[in-house]
Amino acid sequence: MERAVLHVDCNKFYASVECLYRPEIRHLPVAVCGDAEQRRGIVLTKNEIAAKYHIKTGEAVWQARRKCPGLVCIPPDFPLYMRFSAMVREILSDYTDLIEPFGLDESWLDVSGSGNIGSGVFIAEEIRRRVKFELGITVSVGVSFNKIFAKLGSDYRKPDAVTVFDRENFRRLVWPLPACELLYVGPATSKKLRSCGIDTIGDIAAAPPDYLHLLFGKMGYVLFRFANGLDNEPVAPAGSAPVIKSIGNSSTAPRNLENDGDVKIMMMVLAESVGRRMREQGFRCSTVSISFRDNLLNGTVRQRKLERFTSDSDEIARAGIELFRGSWDWHLPLRSVGISCSGFEHESGPFQLDLFDDGERRLRRERLEKTVDSLKARFGNACIQRAALLGDKKLSGFNPYNDHVIHPVAYFKP
Amino acid sequence: MFVDVLVRQDKYGRTTPLSITWKDGRTYEIDRIQQVCKAASLKAGGAGIRYTCLIRQKQTYLFNDDGKWFVEAKD
Repeated sequence: MERAVLHVDCNKFYASVECLYRPEIRHLPVAVCGDAEQRRGIVLTKNEIAAKYHIKTGEAVWQARRKCPGLVCIPPDFPLYMRFSAMVREILSDYTDLIEPFGLDESWLDVSGSGNIGSGVFIAEEIRRRVKFELGITVSVGVSFNKIFAKLGSDYRKPDAVTVFDRENFRRLVWPLPACELLYVGPATSKKLRSCGIDTIGDIAAAPPDYLHLLFGKMGYVLFRFANGLDNEPVAPAGSAPVIKSIGNSSTAPRNLENDGDVKIMMMVLAESVGRRMREQGFRCSTVSISFRDNLLNGTVRQRKLERFTSDSDEIARAGIELFRGSWDWHLPLRSVGISCSGFEHESGPFQLDLFDDGERRLRRERLEKTVDSLKARFGNACIQRAALLGDKKLSGFNPYNDHVIHPVAYFKP
Repeated sequence: MFVDVLVRQDKYGRTTPLSITWKDGRTYEIDRIQQVCKAASLKAGGAGIRYTCLIRQKQTYLFNDDGKWFVEAKD
């Protein structure tokens, strides 16, 4: 039987929710922006009116203001967006239990088995109508026989629309679209494709798969399958916890970071949060990676394999700091740093002892960290801190554990 | 613009608004609830559970938005 896959995309999600609650700004150009005081002053989303001024997501607020002097900037209210996201999902769950969220504002649904309610198009129309009536925001829905085309569909016509890409029309409608519309074709891939004369999704579909493989490795075959509608990734059932592959935190500093000492403070705060989140999952990691951005916004990522698995914040921080020292020469000050752990094993498993290391001591440290975690859970993040962080409270005075709640997601599941 | 609402909560967990008190202190009894559904109010700005109430022969929308109540006047 042909699959019926829906992709539901909340249009300009944050801005739409804000405009719902503030009728007085609905007719103005509105952008939801990070805190400029904390130097996180970038545009997170904008409404349709602001979009007409070519304001882009991720752009600095001052740049956006230059394009549109009357721009209304609103600080984000993440708890509110998460409530709306949950309410949208509640509506979706009336139609199927196969709901796979892709970020806060997008979801795939497999309604192949929901024929007693109606066809894919019927359900899509009903979802569109209900979200608008019950929540006061709009969604666009793509209906197709695979997830990739469904996602293209929700992007094809918006806001407040339903688009169907079926086996009859996809060559006519999908293939003329620019290649960069396809999932996993980012700026670098798209540039490379263009240089080979591949401009549209149809061009990818018509290219020999081995040629694409030569250009992009195994992603080449994936793109070929995507473009030809051969993707058969299943929609994950609702509530299935995504398998965690990495845990990380990053933060933009309230001032420029000028030396190793500054970075050390940031790394320790971040590692503390990463370690705590990892211990909550019962993980130990084998790989630490760091990322940082200089004040011209050039990013760098470095990673290293640890000698043994660990969930110790201190060890993670030290690995991160060491890694950093070997990879930055301070020709420019830094703006943000991040640290993340991967290569997990479960802590209930056995761990490798070291002839020259005191295993008993490691276990004691693990217990100590967990005690600190439970103190923080009960009395707040600031109730117990490392002395090293007290030197510069402005730099260490952020809480990545609580601040960071929205995790980016990947299309492929392991 | 939120309002004070007197609510009866029964043993099944059902919520029934009984009266609305305006900011100036005037209280209006709700004579009848005609419909309850989830809805958004574009006019007042909010979303939640909408009670279509009859107050002194006039139809009024009363919204419960995450525990806070507001009224959207019908023209």
